[in-house]
Amino acid sequence: MRYTLDTTEEISTERRSFTQGLAALGGLAIAPGVFLYATADAKPDDQAVSSQQRWGMLVDTNSCSEDCSACVSACNEENGLWSLGRPETDAQWIRKLNVKDRQTGHVTSMPMMCQHCEHPPCVDVCPTGASFRREDGIVLVNKHTCIGCRYCMMACPYKARSFIHEPLQDQLPHSPRGKGCVESCTLCVHKVDRGDNNTACAEACASEGHEALLFGDLNDPESEISKQLEKHGGTQIRSDLGLNTGVYYQGI
Amino acid sequence: MLKGLAGITAAFVFGVLAGDPQDIPPPKENYDEETLCVEPVEDMRRQHFEYILDHRDKTVVEGIRTKQYSLIGCIDCHITPNEEGVYARYSQETHFCASCHQFAAVRIDCFQCHADRPAEAIQKAQESDTSVQRPVQELRETLELSNSAFNR
Ligand code: HEC
Ligand code: HEC
Ligand code: HEC
Repeated sequence: MRYTLDTTEEISTERRSFTQGLAALGGLAIAPGVFLYATADAKPDDQAVSSQQRWGMLVDTNSCSEDCSACVSACNEENGLWSLGRPETDAQWIRKLNVKDRQTGHVTSMPMMCQHCEHPPCVDVCPTGASFRREDGIVLVNKHTCIGCRYCMMACPYKARSFIHEPLQDQLPHSPRGKGCVESCTLCVHKVDRGDNNTACAEACASEGHEALLFGDLNDPESEISKQLEKHGGTQIRSDLGLNTGVYYQGI
Repeated sequence: MLKGLAGITAAFVFGVLAGDPQDIPPPKENYDEETLCVEPVEDMRRQHFEYILDHRDKTVVEGIRTKQYSLIGCIDCHITPNEEGVYARYSQETHFCASCHQFAAVRIDCFQCHADRPAEAIQKAQESDTSVQRPVQELRETLELSNSAFNR
């Protein structure tokens, strides 16, 4: 019995190393034909993300319209956030806030989502390491290790995270979601990784003609977001907490 | 030791299933002429889960997006419609992954989150079936809620 098992192991290892060579060869010729994903100026698929990038977002609240929620709809559509008919517990990855100044009566409208902190409190408190910050600055939940304890939701000063209370159906293939896990804005990580260089919310905002959302690389001085920030500056919400958020606001 | 056993179980399971393959629609195409699947079929039977689980962590943590061991890729190629144009769900034994798992009493939670059918099947279901949930379009109510919370 023991002998048989060992043999199985040995055979499988040999086959594997043999075919890995083949697969590598075949990969070149066949993979591009089989998978029709375009990767124009994306990082190579087999390369890990690095801290050369720091993805971020700039929100121009003066361009954001009080009665527009195109960013919210686009996010829901892109990530398959279906409503279960109970808004109190529906997941919100991005929401609109209208803040009225009692003195002047001026209403500032802005989207609020995960601020992708450099020092994220959600990561500090996570007991399993499921809350983590990717090398390129995107703060994520690894749902494979999330146990649903919701400490991160308590720790987040931006109320950016949602807990899934009920079984879900018909999730989109690129956006797996399920009961018992916490989730939040991923900065459209699946889009970023395929080189779209934009998020669904920012795309929708632009096609509404508002252009209040600008996605880009804060580490690249040539990126539009860096140039805008250098020229006009921006505010990090609750900057007093020293979290160094990746999302900046103008006009607040 | 366990792995060896799993291999034997899987091979045995396949032997049983091979008698009745017409229920399970064939994969969309060969990954490559030589190996058919993303690795030789024998290896896949034995250790497909190791490839997927390894790839899973690389994708989520490091952002590596190669297609070879992608779960989306497995589903995209393996889950094809039957003659009536219907895609099997993981809850059915005609679903390629479930076919083995039900027999071998393997329980996985992957499809609580991951789509068990390719994108085109989900799109088709959404177009034809009104019971399929649609995205939240109107968030006004929630909007009021979060505002009052914010202003408190
Ligand atoms: C609670 C939800 C959840 C469960 C359960 C879950 N996953 Fe995931 N999985 C995710 C999320 C979220 C991602 C990240 C998707 C992305 O960034 O594109 C992911 C990504 C992956 C990826 C990389 C993307 C791809 O398709 O190749 C693999 C592989 C994967 N999961 C495998 C598994 C396997 C195998 C299981 C079961 C043992 C499983 N997952 C269970 C949520 C889940
Ligand atoms: C491009 C198409 C393609 C992709 C992608 C693919 N497969 Fe396969 N797979 C095949 C083909 C073709 C066969 C051999 C034909 C058959 O089913 O008998 C096969 C066979 C298998 C078998 C053995 C089935 C049996 O009958 O014993 C397993 C297990 C398997 N695949 C799992 C996977 C997993 C897991 C993935 C994702 C990591 C995957 N496959 C991705 C095409 C594919
Ligand atoms: C040839 C039969 C067969 C097919 C087809 C098959 N599996 Fe499996 N799978 C098994 C067996 C047997 C095990 C249990 C192995 C063990 O417990 O060591 C297993 C275990 C798994 C596990 C669990 C690993 C873990 O440790 O929790 C995952 C994940 C998995 N399979 C995914 C898939 C997916 C996805 C498909 C379809 C693309 C698939 N399998 C198709 C036989 C199969």
